[in-house]
Amino acid sequence: MFRSSVLVCGGTGCTSSNSEKIIEALTAEIAKKGLDKEVNIVRTGCFGLCAEGPVVIVYPEGSFYSMVKVEDVSEIVEEHLIKGRIVQRLLYKENADADTITSLAKTNFYEKQKRIALRNCGVINPEVIDEYIAMDGYAALGKVLTEMTPQQVIDEIKESGLRGRGGGGFPTGVKWSLAASNQADQKYVCCNADEGDPGAFMDRSVLEGDPHAVLEAMAIAGYAIGASKGYIYIRAEYPIAVERLKIAIEQAHNYGLLGDDIFGTGFNFDINIRLGAGAFVCGEETALLTSIEGNRGEPRPRPPFPAVKGLFQKPTILNNVETYANIPQIILNGSSWFNSIGTEKSKGTKVFALGGKIKNTGLVEVPMGTTLREIVEDIGGGVPNGKKFKAAQTGGPSGGCIPAQHLDIPIDYDNLISIGSMMGSGGLIVMDETTCMVDIAKFFLEFTVDESCGKCTPCRIGTKRLLEMLEKITSGNGTMEDLDKMEDLCRYIKENALCGLGQTAPNPVLSTLNFFRDEYEAHVKDKKCPAGVCKSLLNYVILTDKCTGCTACARVCPVNAISGKVKETHTIDSAKCIKCGACMEKCRFGAIIKQ
Amino acid sequence: MKSLAELQAIRDKAKQQMNMRGEQPDAIRVLVGMATCGIAAGAKPVLNAFVEEAAKRNLQNVIITQTGCIGICQFEPVVEIEIPGQDKVTYVKMTPEKAVRIVNDHLVNNNVVTEYTIGANS
Repeated sequence: MFRSSVLVCGGTGCTSSNSEKIIEALTAEIAKKGLDKEVNIVRTGCFGLCAEGPVVIVYPEGSFYSMVKVEDVSEIVEEHLIKGRIVQRLLYKENADADTITSLAKTNFYEKQKRIALRNCGVINPEVIDEYIAMDGYAALGKVLTEMTPQQVIDEIKESGLRGRGGGGFPTGVKWSLAASNQADQKYVCCNADEGDPGAFMDRSVLEGDPHAVLEAMAIAGYAIGASKGYIYIRAEYPIAVERLKIAIEQAHNYGLLGDDIFGTGFNFDINIRLGAGAFVCGEETALLTSIEGNRGEPRPRPPFPAVKGLFQKPTILNNVETYANIPQIILNGSSWFNSIGTEKSKGTKVFALGGKIKNTGLVEVPMGTTLREIVEDIGGGVPNGKKFKAAQTGGPSGGCIPAQHLDIPIDYDNLISIGSMMGSGGLIVMDETTCMVDIAKFFLEFTVDESCGKCTPCRIGTKRLLEMLEKITSGNGTMEDLDKMEDLCRYIKENALCGLGQTAPNPVLSTLNFFRDEYEAHVKDKKCPAGVCKSLLNYVILTDKCTGCTACARVCPVNAISGKVKETHTIDSAKCIKCGACMEKCRFGAIIKQ
Repeated sequence: MKSLAELQAIRDKAKQQMNMRGEQPDAIRVLVGMATCGIAAGAKPVLNAFVEEAAKRNLQNVIITQTGCIGICQFEPVVEIEIPGQDKVTYVKMTPEKAVRIVNDHLVNNNVVTEYTIGANS
């Protein structure tokens, strides 16, 4: 038995800020001090507070150390582990005047969260199956195999109100019952881990922090629909998640929790991993299944739906990672526990990846119905540097922007759709007043044009034409007629594209046109970018009353566009200026502005 | 894995390894003074004795932790026991043998070992 546990985050965020080196140093230091029999070092999954990484927590005190460096390790060992003195200077501070917070659960960041899908992330070592079992892991699988019929399992999931967490929000129980009712010699259970939205990393963190939860849920799904084989389709860009999944599958096999005759009930289930090669369209269900089959990842028309003819033409269910992560908890705690959380039509919780102009970049899980304001201001810590909140983008390239006037809307599937956005997989990008909404729409369109597979015309050519119109507007050549044309084209693409990628691609344009039409009009009518982002519409000018003639700007200008004598007001030749902004950065008197 | 009992056995064993992680507001806390004075007076073997004895008896609701100097260095090693809802008890001049008895009498059976407390030794 260990008297103390040191948990070090081994998620992708903290790993890239050197948490591996911290683990190495800790192991060496603890061995040197002869504490290796007393102190347990645990590499966990993501804690969620990625902005403060690398994160280290020492139990039983629960001391939460943030932004730890390799050089800090010897102090933690010497002071905390040997002498029992908490290292105050490393404790996480929520804001500059707050007292240091010793326990993670007491931070604003965690207090409003409810962790179901992420319950084990940052708590267990994902590479040790025993730790998952200690947290009631595989008990749900044991329960369904020994106490429940497949129909009872499906009813329980239906009753819980769980809806697909990949973005579409289709009721999971209904999906399962469709696949269960189709007779076939072989059926398949698939997991969509091809998380491709820019800024989204919910699924990666679940797989890195709690891979067994997904394996257990897939086996439960296999029992419910009568399948003996499963596939996890995961992008190759997630090496840590792939590695932990492989370890988890091997350990589950060794314990007989995957394979033949599980719990002596005669139920067989096996899981294989397939790596995606980085095509965004492979997150679409029919394209994903086509890719698993070894073909080029392109969507096909539905019906037939995968529940009828899916992988290898057999009945198949495909659920998202986060959806699966909820399943064992629903089985163990009951559907009435789950459907008591959330709103009328959206039950349970949702994980969001917070990014963009927000203080606490990271991963949060909140009950459905939490308002955007609570997520952004209370949990996320608000917009940094005293800037004003402008909009939040949800649903990635398929979603839309939510402006400040909708900050108090309770977040669930239906509310987000009613304001022209969507839940999406859970990426939540916050933008402040320095973000140009036309530019944002252009960014997402560039992404979809790049990722369109080219199979259907509305998506292949439509998104390209749409992007060209946006480029015309941001370069100052747009007309008011273009705005109307854009709206028409958006509707056309939505109605006619073959798959979800094309059908949702115009959403970023439509929602910004709807909520920020004044910005589009400023680009078209006044030839100005209000946020000062679109370079063609910008001019750098020197304020005559503030310029001291120090020549600093003229010296830093790479194209010699600034002229003026020493101690006299300088001027910028806008014909020569390339709008790099170097002069503005250099000026110590705030005499250069963008307009 | 051929039965639920097997799973249960693994769970019980693994849980014991992990029991100090997470928040336990109603747990019994054993605080061992581990400042320079405490360590010099032999607090380390005392701490280990508590950990081993608690593990041997499979005590789930006990957190054994270190603390700094509480200012009565002449009485080190000092151990304080906090049971929720009861007064804190301070044991002084501790040894591993005393620790074993305290686990048995105080932690398990809730009888304070008065003869080891600060009141009986000052």
